[in-house]
Amino acid sequence: MDFRDSPEEAAFRARLQAWLAENAKKFPTSGDEYWAKAGEWHQALHAAGFFGSTWPKAYGGQELPAVYDVIVDEELARAGAPARPSLGYLVIGLGRHGSEALRQRFLPGMINGTERWCQGFSEPGAGSDLASLTTTATLEGDHYVLHGHKIWTSYSDEADWCLVLARTDPAAPRHKGISGFIVSMHQPGIEQRPLPMMNGVTKEFGQVLFDGATVPVDQMVGAPGEGWKLAMTVVGHEREPSTLGFTARYGKTVRNLAATVDGPPSDELRWAAVQTEMLRLHVRRRLSEQLDEVSHGPDGSLDKLLMTWVEQSVGHACLASGGTRDPELLGTYLYSRAQSVMGGTSQIQKNIIAGRIIGLEV
Amino acid sequence: MDVRLTTEQRDLRDAAARLADDLGPGSVLDLDDTERVERLEKAVAATGWRSLRSDGASGVEVALVVEEFARGLVDVPLLGPLLTDDLRARLGNEAEPAEPVALAVGDEAVDARGLRGALGLRAAGAGAGGAGGTVGTVGVGEPVFGIDLTRTTAAASGPFEPVGELSADDALRWQALALTVTTADILGAARGAYALACEYAKVRSQYGRTIGSFQAIAHLLAESLALIEGSVSVLRYAAWAVDELEPAEAVRAGQVAKVYTARAAQTICETSVQVHGGIGNTWECLAHVFLRRVLTSGALFPVSLEEIDLGLS
Ligand SMILES: Cc1cc2nc3c(=O)[nH]c(=O)nc-3n(C[C@H](O)[C@H](O)[C@H](O)COP(=O)(O)OP(=O)(O)OC[C@H]3O[C@@H](n4cnc5c(N)ncnc54)[C@H](O)[C@@H]3O)c2cc1C
Repeated sequence: MDFRDSPEEAAFRARLQAWLAENAKKFPTSGDEYWAKAGEWHQALHAAGFFGSTWPKAYGGQELPAVYDVIVDEELARAGAPARPSLGYLVIGLGRHGSEALRQRFLPGMINGTERWCQGFSEPGAGSDLASLTTTATLEGDHYVLHGHKIWTSYSDEADWCLVLARTDPAAPRHKGISGFIVSMHQPGIEQRPLPMMNGVTKEFGQVLFDGATVPVDQMVGAPGEGWKLAMTVVGHEREPSTLGFTARYGKTVRNLAATVDGPPSDELRWAAVQTEMLRLHVRRRLSEQLDEVSHGPDGSLDKLLMTWVEQSVGHACLASGGTRDPELLGTYLYSRAQSVMGGTSQIQKNIIAGRIIGLEV
Repeated sequence: MDVRLTTEQRDLRDAAARLADDLGPGSVLDLDDTERVERLEKAVAATGWRSLRSDGASGVEVALVVEEFARGLVDVPLLGPLLTDDLRARLGNEAEPAEPVALAVGDEAVDARGLRGALGLRAAGAGAGGAGGTVGTVGVGEPVFGIDLTRTTAAASGPFEPVGELSADDALRWQALALTVTTADILGAARGAYALACEYAKVRSQYGRTIGSFQAIAHLLAESLALIEGSVSVLRYAAWAVDELEPAEAVRAGQVAKVYTARAAQTICETSVQVHGGIGNTWECLAHVFLRRVLTSGALFPVSLEEIDLGLS
């Protein structure tokens, strides 16, 4: 057992540090300014060899072990750079369920950041109960025609492509009638409406309305009716702190707060420091376990719950450190409330943990 | 970076778990079963685990055994003898004592059930070990009041007889080990309380359904499990740090682990009491035995939130 870097890991870290010394400050880390340059950041990070390190070489990765992502996250936070773009769950979803032709067409652009993506799962009437979604995709010749309303779609205004779940067989049982599609966002029949968050950020997510948009038959991911499997893979990985790359950012926030508080730090801040350190170590343990190729299961829900508690404790620390007088601190606090909703609410994570890990009949 | 347990470490953990499951108390009544305690004592003595440190075991291995013993409420000394064995090894004292030695802390001997001698570290100066200290022996006197039903604390008897000096580094490493093993004890007891509650939630039925099918109960248990997973992660780092990081850093890792785990464990035990309903508030339910053990190990080498260093690594 060793928590330290191996020689190869240390060399990778040193190269990254050198690159960040040149490049980190060129990119804003929060708010709408961050979103405006998020694509450029993604491309720069990939071009330098520090994004997608763990993915297959065939699609633009380097096939490094999962722990390399920890190094990237830590160094990005230390350098005050934006976080690692979080789309690992889409890469994994498409990688696992898409045909080889789709993987070759779409994974490289997704990984190198030249094509931006969003995830069109949630609808006004289908949030936690995703399988109740009503957006339809109707086969007409060599393409499907989409009608429906997606909401909370992160990055929808920047996206070139949307991974859409739509109902292709209204007669089938509800989990079986859903299919997944790769839909171009640049076409008539799609309307994108921004949705300001409570912290004032306007570019985080939006609503997407489909009214006659089309998608070629061969851009269906998997077979008709296999959309639910795809969805479960995507949301399963969307829960993992290690896939999301946020974790090191929490530590940075805590350190910044500690450096600026007058007088003794509040209990909230100290507790956030403990929580943040816990998550740092937890992610290392989880990523090490991936070396055993343990198949990914409901454990991601435990990690998501832990990450949520950590982010919200950091939010409370921001609030306790002058958050009612400082828009940036208040923004971090307010944004932390979304963590127990996005990617499946904390209640849903607890249902999964109780039912699938503990074995309770919830 | 690879923080998995090795095969040998997993085997050691499994062996400790088996022993605890076989001979630890399965009920509150079992606590008074002196025949069981004798068999347990014999079995534990035969493992040699009380001298793991002088046999070259790492902090990780020690923590695994302590955690499993606490999960099974093993009610013969382990933590005290382990820590005194480490002290002796640091003094370069090769000769194994004839019987396990309790841990002298202040004017008490902890984890002293059935033991006659205790060994402890008196820090030089004000800091907890930062300037080194004196190792010395005391006798084990009469038991004193303690909330733990599985371990005995006794008054120290006779004077503190110095037997050697520890350097500042050695004293800090020992402190890191003390934080690690008490944290492992807390985590083990919390896992025991959690397992007890899960079993109960699957069999107790109200309104014609098992209580575990009520979301309010299921969510409490899900939270407990997440707290356990977080605690495992902080403890593993602290246990590794005992031997591998700079002494002061090892102490910091131990402090974070202990603060996090102690809070988590109290919540987990309180949840266990709640899930058991009325039964959970009775002497007969093991939930309070776990809670008492958690609180006792939390109060031994306590860490407060104020001590947490904010300059995170
Ligand atoms: C910042 C952010 C980004 C997002 N990004 C995306 C995205 O990119 N793509 C996308 O598709 N979606 C996205 N979402 C949507 C997110 O997945 C949903 O908001 C979430 O699944 C909850 O659905 P809902 O909002 O409809 O709430 P509801 O499902 O209506 O839930 C309301 C409340 O009821 C509780 N509840 C519901 N069902 C149960 C139950 N069975 N047991 C116990 N409690 C229950 C919930 O926990 C919650 O507290 C995002 C959300 C946020 C906040």
